[in-house]
Amino acid sequence: MEYEEAKAKIIEELTKKLKSKSKFYFNDLANIIGTKPRDAKKIVNKMVEEGVLEYWSSGSTSMYGMPGTGKQAHSEGED
Amino acid sequence: MAKHQTPLLDQLESGPWPSFVSDLKQQAEKRAKNAEGIEFQIPVDVVDDLMGILELSFKQGRTHWKHGGIVGVFGYGGGVIGRYCDQPQMFPGVAHFHTMRIAQPGGKFYTTEFLRNLCEIWDMRGSGITNMHGSTGDIIFLGTTTPQLEEIFFELTHKHNQDLGGSGSNLRTPADCIGQARCEFACYDTQDLCYDLTQEYQDELHRPAFPYKFKFKFDGCPNCCVASIARSDMSFVGTWKDDIKIDQKAVQAYIGGELAPNGGAHSGKNWGKFDIQKEVIGLCPTECMVMDGKTLKINNRECTRCMHCINVMPRALRIGNERGLSVLAGAKAPILDGAQMGTLIVPFIEAEAPYTKLKETVIEPIWDWWMEEGKNRERLGELMKRQGLQKVIEVLGVDPDPRMVQEPRSNPYIFWKEEEVEGGFERDINEFRKHHQR
Repeated sequence: MEYEEAKAKIIEELTKKLKSKSKFYFNDLANIIGTKPRDAKKIVNKMVEEGVLEYWSSGSTSMYGMPGTGKQAHSEGED
Repeated sequence: MAKHQTPLLDQLESGPWPSFVSDLKQQAEKRAKNAEGIEFQIPVDVVDDLMGILELSFKQGRTHWKHGGIVGVFGYGGGVIGRYCDQPQMFPGVAHFHTMRIAQPGGKFYTTEFLRNLCEIWDMRGSGITNMHGSTGDIIFLGTTTPQLEEIFFELTHKHNQDLGGSGSNLRTPADCIGQARCEFACYDTQDLCYDLTQEYQDELHRPAFPYKFKFKFDGCPNCCVASIARSDMSFVGTWKDDIKIDQKAVQAYIGGELAPNGGAHSGKNWGKFDIQKEVIGLCPTECMVMDGKTLKINNRECTRCMHCINVMPRALRIGNERGLSVLAGAKAPILDGAQMGTLIVPFIEAEAPYTKLKETVIEPIWDWWMEEGKNRERLGELMKRQGLQKVIEVLGVDPDPRMVQEPRSNPYIFWKEEEVEGGFERDINEFRKHHQR
């Protein structure tokens, strides 16, 4: 899958799900574009580099989200 | 006078052991005096507020820390763990109190100059509080603010050639024993392999794409000083294939008392005369040793490398010459299914740079499988348990080996694949009917 196509697909899916969640596991992203994890990693890394995605880490687990979405409180189930 | 009254913390200083409270008080005082004229980049009273918030937590029996967040350095998905307190007005010094993990040097030995350099950065740009070392092995910097993260990272990488460690769903900072630098038991160069894999897998270390954490640890011999067998998803333990080398003269010197057993470790009181039968031969788990007159004999085929005899008589017994390492996979601490020790997946593999065979036939196939099949937050050991050792063997493309068996089987079923069964699963019904009526 071409990078731009994959990027658009990820943004579209993440935006759709924004109401219920703002942070996603790497596997969720790989499933959206339907590629093997190693190929998905290249795309996701590039999206982080471009600032389209950002890392979120609890210290033990890492997740991905779109900048400016979600809140610390949201991730703790307060709202 | 202290910024906050801390009677509960003070009580912790009364015990017989060194107290972290005393250390924190010392650090708070040092920052307040600032005799060295440091240009602090985060609040001077960070340590006072840290003690204040801890006192409050003790009083209330609840935590005031929130953990996790989007802090980090650009391009890295690990190495920084966001910490925020939920009482920033009361304790502004620890409103942000992020942790940074700094990769430890191989074998954890370094020059005092290196330590001083790290401390200088941290005194100026952080709280000055460190944890030497975290359980992953990293040098832990405890407590700084978001704007300081990039500054610290720049100084570490550009001035001191030092990188951040791993955190989150990454390859964690690989950790090794001191190995051949100081230890004659080391069967391979742990520091070289640790460094090589650290460099090779930079992408895995800094850009999280695994289902969960993944740890490499390297032990030079089966004494397992780093406890890789219990603490790492992939454990590399040095071993040898040929015979333990015996110096019969030295054996007699131990028996005669000229050489102290265990390197003299039990010299504090009178343990009595060294008894090779009781202290060495009788303790061999596979009973593969015997004294034949004045000659010590070892049935090496039965030796399981427990290291006991070598530890007791290091001058008389030495590791073999045909050296390499064993790879074990799947160890983890409890959360799901309880703690697990590593399962032997490769009994012996050469450990010579550039370690291509190890990377291409062991590490990468295992990662590919785990990345594809692992559920979110599922450790390799849990996946191995869920899909079975048979699957691991298939992934590695190796033949099953009795040494991989950890315990007698508890599952009575054997699942054959069609290609493993002579004639396959399809049958000729006409041939069958010749012998069996409908």
